[in-house]
Amino acid sequence: MRDTFAARLVERARDDERVMFLTGDLGFGVFEEFQRELPNQYLNVGVAEQNLIAVATGLALEGRIVFAYSIGNFPVLRPLEQIRNDAAYHGANVNVVCVGGGFSYGPLGVSHHATEDIAVMRALPGVEAFTPGTLSDVRESVDALIDTGGTGYLRLDKSQGIDEVGAEPFQVGAWRVMSDGADVALVACGGVLGEAQTAAKALRARGLSVRVVDATQVTGLAAEAVIDALGAVSLAVTMEEHVTRGGLAGVVAEAIALSGSGPKMCARGIQGGFMSAVGSQAYLRRLVGLDAHSVDECVWEAVTSG
Amino acid sequence: MQEMSADELALRIRVDAVEMTHRGRSSHVGSVLGMADIVASLYANVLRIRPEEPDWVARDRLILSKGHAGAGVYAALAEVGFFGTEMLLQHCADGSILSGHVSHKGVPGVEFSTGSLGHGLGVAAGRAFAGQLSGADYRVYCVMSDGECDEGSVWEAAMFASHHRLGCLVGVVDYNKIQSLAAVSDTLGLEPFADKWRAFGWAVVEVDGHDTEALSRALDVARNPTGQPTMIIAHTTKGKGVSFMEEAVLWHYRTPQGEEYEAAMAELRGQ
Repeated sequence: MRDTFAARLVERARDDERVMFLTGDLGFGVFEEFQRELPNQYLNVGVAEQNLIAVATGLALEGRIVFAYSIGNFPVLRPLEQIRNDAAYHGANVNVVCVGGGFSYGPLGVSHHATEDIAVMRALPGVEAFTPGTLSDVRESVDALIDTGGTGYLRLDKSQGIDEVGAEPFQVGAWRVMSDGADVALVACGGVLGEAQTAAKALRARGLSVRVVDATQVTGLAAEAVIDALGAVSLAVTMEEHVTRGGLAGVVAEAIALSGSGPKMCARGIQGGFMSAVGSQAYLRRLVGLDAHSVDECVWEAVTSG
Repeated sequence: MQEMSADELALRIRVDAVEMTHRGRSSHVGSVLGMADIVASLYANVLRIRPEEPDWVARDRLILSKGHAGAGVYAALAEVGFFGTEMLLQHCADGSILSGHVSHKGVPGVEFSTGSLGHGLGVAAGRAFAGQLSGADYRVYCVMSDGECDEGSVWEAAMFASHHRLGCLVGVVDYNKIQSLAAVSDTLGLEPFADKWRAFGWAVVEVDGHDTEALSRALDVARNPTGQPTMIIAHTTKGKGVSFMEEAVLWHYRTPQGEEYEAAMAELRGQ
């Protein structure tokens, strides 16, 4: 996903000199092409995330379209007040890019698990937050962030990402239904969408009709848009590499509660405390029950038990 | 723009500030009084601005990073003609757009909203960097408090500004040596303060922060040809102009009411 982001950004920046890439001293081996080709649109501000967002805001207020990049929590939690007060309150076109959302940096430890960012960014007024699940989503998110103005957030999984377009076009304000189904909806954001697709395959083999929804964004969604995406299923399962408080589960639960309609739901994600266990992204997914097999099992149990 | 001297503007800012904090029952009058001469020097003598065209692209940018003294900038903007002075009477009132900490929403001439300390210098540096990239001629000013320099983000911005040789960036510290609860020296000492800025690569000018001539001179020569950003350390007296507020920690938060309000206004009007 990161490479797709870098490739799309350099394409857009070539055509629009207002587009700038700022990094907090991270991105080794990924942005060299950007730096070489567009040196006046590239800036490494050093290991200083508060200043990263402050400088990005200053540039944006002078007409630039800025992507402020770092990994995991670094560009989100450290400079959260700069994102809120400086960028968002001023409607500055500052787009915070977190590469390595969720457990992407699993073995590196708790400091590198970005597992509360969706809830935090979703709460900020004036921030459009995108959580692409496919490579096409990544490209479309970059375009949306550039073209719609204002402050944005882009959460990228570090994994390869699914190279699929899905049946529906990417749309701001609506999710992308990857495959239709009438019994159960698996709603996933980010790289865990791949687990949802594998789980869906297994559940279909068991005879269920499964809908897979690519939750491309977590802000700017009317309750109706969420309910529409869920279709007529009787069970919706949210899947996120994130705590189940306030993130994707929150988006769906709020929509169901506020609309007074929609299916029962089940939230898959991090339920407990910090993930101090060490392991790969795949291992940590298994540990919290976000892998395809666990989701398959839990859905089957829920459906068959009643 | 109505022509007036910096000293005259400073006095008007002080009178306005006491009136605003009295009506709004708000804090920080001591901070506004102390920095009034800095703000007045900027608006009367230094900033290239057009009150009738607040977004004029070539204007100098001023960011008040010590947003708690927002009343001082609102007053200056009104007095030089960005909006009517009658609007100042709405400071902190229900339904007003003039919040206690400076906000740009709907207020002509306010360049940036602040209130949490340590935010202004980095944004000012970003704006200066943008100007440098595009070859623009504007200067960027950032007025800060001394207590604000406790914030790590200030020093992140300080490093950035000198590294990128942002000669069009001018910081001003209102060095009144009193912060929220006590003296700076008893809280988190800043000395050797000028040396700190020099060590971070800045050109440093120390001035009497109530001498508008010296201030204006220091602020206006600050288009630094060496590429170094400039930090003006303005030695000030918190509460300046109202004798019982001067150098008093109390007047960081106390709002002028009753006899104190009357006495403050009488003293200022006698100046």
